[in-house]
Amino acid sequence: MIRSIQPPVLWTLAGILVALITATLLSQWLKRANPNKDYSELVQRVNSWWWMAGIFALAVALNVNVAIGFFTFLSFLALKEYLSLIPTRRADRRVLFWCYLAIPIHYYWVYDRWYELFVIWIPVWMFMLVSARMVMIGDTKDFLRAVGTLQWGMLTMVFALSHLAYLLVLPERIGQTVGGAGLVLFVVLLTQLNDVAQYVWGKSFGRNKITPTVSPKKTAEGLLGGVLTTTAVAVWLAPILTPLSPAHSIAVGLIIGIGGFLGDVTISALKRDLNVKDSGSLIPGHGGILDRVDSLTFTAPLFFHFMKYFYY
Amino acid sequence: MARLLRWIFFGVIARFVALIVLGLNVRHRERLPAAGPCLLVANHNSHLDTITLMTLLPLRLLPRVHPVAAADYFLRNRLLAWFALKVIGIVPINRTRSRPDEDLLAPVKESLERGDILIFFPEGSRGDPEKLTEFKGGVARLVERFPHVPVVPVFMHGLGKALPKGEAILVPFFVDVFVGEPLHYGGDRDAFLRELRARMDALAVEGSFPPWT
Repeated sequence: MIRSIQPPVLWTLAGILVALITATLLSQWLKRANPNKDYSELVQRVNSWWWMAGIFALAVALNVNVAIGFFTFLSFLALKEYLSLIPTRRADRRVLFWCYLAIPIHYYWVYDRWYELFVIWIPVWMFMLVSARMVMIGDTKDFLRAVGTLQWGMLTMVFALSHLAYLLVLPERIGQTVGGAGLVLFVVLLTQLNDVAQYVWGKSFGRNKITPTVSPKKTAEGLLGGVLTTTAVAVWLAPILTPLSPAHSIAVGLIIGIGGFLGDVTISALKRDLNVKDSGSLIPGHGGILDRVDSLTFTAPLFFHFMKYFYY
Repeated sequence: MARLLRWIFFGVIARFVALIVLGLNVRHRERLPAAGPCLLVANHNSHLDTITLMTLLPLRLLPRVHPVAAADYFLRNRLLAWFALKVIGIVPINRTRSRPDEDLLAPVKESLERGDILIFFPEGSRGDPEKLTEFKGGVARLVERFPHVPVVPVFMHGLGKALPKGEAILVPFFVDVFVGEPLHYGGDRDAFLRELRARMDALAVEGSFPPWT
């Protein structure tokens, strides 16, 4: 069953298309204008944006269940990347196996619109299950590290990201037609835009390092410029895609701007601790999945609970 | 029939496992051979090693690609023997001589003469996962007869974590595959083995792998 795509969603997707075409033309023009400089990473980055935007748009715009399946797979990729990066114990293979199995179960609660179980399945049930299974195996060497890193991974890669999927199944509101797809599009678009805006502002005007030991390229100017840009776009897009009031759209812009920054530097801290530059190599020019969804691990649950509290 | 099954196994099932369930990070893919004869020499940690190596090459080469595998293990019962020979397409070799003058590598040599791409694990067995053990001499004795055949070293990490020896449950991990420059036999068995081992060690340090104990 294909849901008829709502005009506001279509318009937003058309906007993304224009932005991608602009980015492609710009990168090609840069390459042409400075033949001596190496722009292969930029070109790769833009190419990958086409793929990511295409897959995401197709999944979210077509059908709710396809979208839930898409986010299930995204969580699987993110958790797999995380578990491949961190130290794990051979003894815990079966515990890791249960954690992978918990992903489709978790997203089943989304499909089933079972909100109460959705919010406790990982933080309560899996929290106990992972510890219990690990204790049954009985290896206490590095137990706390193993159980802690696994729980952190489940919360970040599965639970936090899955809030995007639950946005899709929030009940319909009278008088509002865009629905869940509009909300997902809104928070994902703003989060990615916020990443780019913070980067561009920081690169242009950045002076004062804000997280020198974690991510030395992040600056206060980049953060401020990014948050303001994101808030401005939030105020503009909110009436098209969401039921947000003007005052609330400002609040959401600030939340996504700051939350996105915090999610980004959190994954940066993780990578620095593990001594890797990129979390993987799945997305040419970007790195791994975690490099792309880092900000979303914060903005998705924050935006979701804001919406849930005020509107649903 | 068997050819179709083989095509489905490597074209669909093996690719699904290697690319979706696991996920490969391949470095220097361009160093892989475009045609046979060639020897792909890899470290051995898991049954998944062969599946992964087979998916690195395009499907049109599939009829030419064969893993060299121990006859005593893979031909130990009829069902497994059928699967190993017809679907996986192994070139079976005995690990111990039944007569003092038996040439254990004879089937492999025939295959190379036909122009096949062979997958060879010089460690001889999977051993402890993610640990590189001593190379056995078979590979040197083989290329001594085929000095023109390029030997491509491939280092893989992660498959031993995903499915180590003696485990039945596959746990997904991303897998690193580093392909080395092709090398040729230079006239001395020991020197060749040392060079091969050095290439493999050099590939291994290209990656940084988290502790797994």
